[in-house]
Amino acid sequence: MEAHRCLYCYDAPCTHACPTHIDVPRFIKKIATGNLAGSARAIFDANLLGATCARVCPVQELCEGACVLGAEHKPIMIGRLQRYAMDYAYERDLKLIAVAAATGKSIAVIGSGPAGLSCAGELARRGHSVTIFERRELAGGLSTYGIIALREPLEAALVEANMIERLGVRIEKNAELGRNLDWNDLRARFQAIFLSVGLGTTPAMEIPGEELILDGLLYIEQSKLNDGAMQVGRDVVVIGAGNTAIDCATIAKRLGAEQVTMVYRRTDEEMTAYAHEYEFVKKEGIEFRFLTQPVGVLAENGQVKGLTCVRTDLGPPDASGRRAPQPVNGSEFTICADQIVKAVGQEKPELAARLGLTTEKGFIKVTEEFETSIPEVFAGGDCIRAKNAASTVMAVEDGKLAAIAIHRRIMEQKEGGVHG
Amino acid sequence: MADLSVNFAGIRSPNPFWLASAPPANSGAQVHRAFEAGWGGAVWKTIGAPVLNVSNRYGAWHYGGQRMLAINNVELISDRPLETNLREIAEVKRAWPDRAVIVSAMVESKPEAWHDIIGRIEDTGADGIELNYGCPHGMSERGMGSAVGQVPEYCEQITRWVMEVARIPVIVKLTPNITNIVSPARAAVAAGATALSLINTFNSIVGVDLDSLEITPNIGGKGGHGGYAGPAVKPIALNMVASLGADDVVRGAGLPISAMGGITTWRDAAEFLLLGATSLQVCTAVMHYGFRIIEDLCDGLATWMDSKGFTRISDFAGKTLPRISDFSNFDLSFRAVARIDSGKCIKCNLCYVACNDTAHQCIDLIDTSGRAVPPHSYDERSNGKQEAVGTRPRPRVREEDCVGCRLCYNICPVEGCIDMVELPSGRDPITWNELVKSRRDVTEDWKAMEEYRKKVGIHVH
Repeated sequence: MEAHRCLYCYDAPCTHACPTHIDVPRFIKKIATGNLAGSARAIFDANLLGATCARVCPVQELCEGACVLGAEHKPIMIGRLQRYAMDYAYERDLKLIAVAAATGKSIAVIGSGPAGLSCAGELARRGHSVTIFERRELAGGLSTYGIIALREPLEAALVEANMIERLGVRIEKNAELGRNLDWNDLRARFQAIFLSVGLGTTPAMEIPGEELILDGLLYIEQSKLNDGAMQVGRDVVVIGAGNTAIDCATIAKRLGAEQVTMVYRRTDEEMTAYAHEYEFVKKEGIEFRFLTQPVGVLAENGQVKGLTCVRTDLGPPDASGRRAPQPVNGSEFTICADQIVKAVGQEKPELAARLGLTTEKGFIKVTEEFETSIPEVFAGGDCIRAKNAASTVMAVEDGKLAAIAIHRRIMEQKEGGVHG
Repeated sequence: MADLSVNFAGIRSPNPFWLASAPPANSGAQVHRAFEAGWGGAVWKTIGAPVLNVSNRYGAWHYGGQRMLAINNVELISDRPLETNLREIAEVKRAWPDRAVIVSAMVESKPEAWHDIIGRIEDTGADGIELNYGCPHGMSERGMGSAVGQVPEYCEQITRWVMEVARIPVIVKLTPNITNIVSPARAAVAAGATALSLINTFNSIVGVDLDSLEITPNIGGKGGHGGYAGPAVKPIALNMVASLGADDVVRGAGLPISAMGGITTWRDAAEFLLLGATSLQVCTAVMHYGFRIIEDLCDGLATWMDSKGFTRISDFAGKTLPRISDFSNFDLSFRAVARIDSGKCIKCNLCYVACNDTAHQCIDLIDTSGRAVPPHSYDERSNGKQEAVGTRPRPRVREEDCVGCRLCYNICPVEGCIDMVELPSGRDPITWNELVKSRRDVTEDWKAMEEYRKKVGIHVH
């Protein structure tokens, strides 16, 4: 029914709005005609991680937000339809992606998150030999560890990584640069390297008692990998108002917290969470404390009792372009809590400094072709996202575009014989 | 409220809507319920020769998520005993004296058989008889139904046998499985029929099962052509009804027409009435939604009549017939162009691709700065709803190049967004027939044609 409702726009805005430019009307019409395998193939043409994207994309801001039916009717449920086509392909284990004849070229990909998997898969389908080095035990990066199960269960991320492996990509797990992986060795073994290392842990807030505050990303990870043993507080306070903070609050609420309060030092005008996420979480019964800045943790015998905060006012815009919060003197108060989670962004990629890469605002700086300051070393995903919000689908597109650039570069090497 | 009652060849009915001779009018209980719902009449499912039916007798054609745009069937005439049908017909007519009860009949092509059935039908008190010359499956293989309707001589012969004995109005039902519907209609007129009805169903194969490779529907591994009806046939039925209305012989004879073929809404009904029908028969829509649809058929029709100032059906029946003409009488100087209302346009750009790929290449895509741009001209790195919506080009017609073909108008999914605007062509009105008379050379020779175009200012690009 829903597939038939699509108007089949020409040069469609949903396709433009999608960072990977999936030909949305094409895959939807294939659903309508009952060509589900063809539909999945049409998605894979533009995006090898269509199954994850179908689950995690902020479609209201992208394809569905651009749907021509949105203004007066309801937009087509593009995300749901994409998931339908992807589920069809994965449930039947269909082999839909053709792999070109081997080129004899080898590329290393560091990190198996969305950017890494996308880049590796795109290179593999072009006939290259690709090895992904993943520092952790499971492939998938944030899809596996950082997307709450409500949106994407663990299996969905792992199945997708497995599909990339079946294109011929090797994934070496527990392999980390500087630990058991040598940079110079990689440089010698591979014609090109793609860095998709993501970002680091949640930065320090430099407040007393911070060691008692849980890291938001670890909180999500724990809920996903081991939610039976997960300890959720009765009164949970989440610091931050981005999408990760919202995810943490959702987990806490759904896993049994009585009271979940989100604390943010600016207002709902400045928060970085998507509007639809904000609406969602309000419906979950989560309370918001805006213009509230944490200044310390109240604890007794190592057990959290509350979060001490001050009120803020908004001053002139800061470096982020948003109005800077300024503490109001003498406004200190305490919010009762037995668990505090912080989700206030991620540390910049520390690898950049170690490898001596040029950076931009702490992120790895790349050219239009996704090449870093070291020739034949490319990068993509959250670790280069100096501008705009990081997202899975942007990482997938980075991986794809970088793969195209890498392919062009190393094939030139072959033909021109410039260097080995 | 407008008066919907009709007098069809002396058969009175409180509204023009009759159940067509088909499964909905298969039994007394059904017709009772239909009359309770408000139907003006019913043409009883054809009675006559003995038959046996099969399962999987109905197929359907679905399109674009819409169920049953057409139905197809291999159901034969009534498989209930003749006596049962005759008894129930009499009971229904007694219970509903104000409704039209017409009995459809089909027997072997022998005068005795027809004389016999006509007498038995008249004994029920029915208001009229419909001769089923249309059934395209099963019965036709036995020399009945469309096997009669397709041969005007047979049609005329059997109608004569019927008219020898009939004392109540006789309606000849025509098959559309024929090149020219006018021929059997004239045969019926010649034989003295009281009225005509059309159309019966079309020969059709509704589909092939792509898993089993069997015909759909599959009847024990086999399948074949069946009678096709429903919304999908309406335009063809309209044309056939109108062509009888436009025929001098048929119209001159003054036979009323009971029209059917895909009537689903009061709008369809009004169209058939405007093209010369006096009563209307409905089957597929009832089989899809039940007898209750009669409510809006009547209510919608009456409301529309009120808005038009028509107080009774006869005020507008056949009113559009004089508009029917041939291409050779159309004004070749008539000019219209498409105009897109940019306020209503949702920029689906379906008009652009249709015009550009398949029509006359006169719609441009205009970017936000007002320049014509090719499709897919956005930067590959741009994305997001703001970017996609904010920079999306809109379609605009180059009116000087628009031939007014009306394709974009038909495609546009937004009501009232594309309008066909009449513009003065600057040329004197002229028809092809007039051109043949005044400038025969232009109609026969390309060179003369080109000179003529140049002279009068017709530019074909």
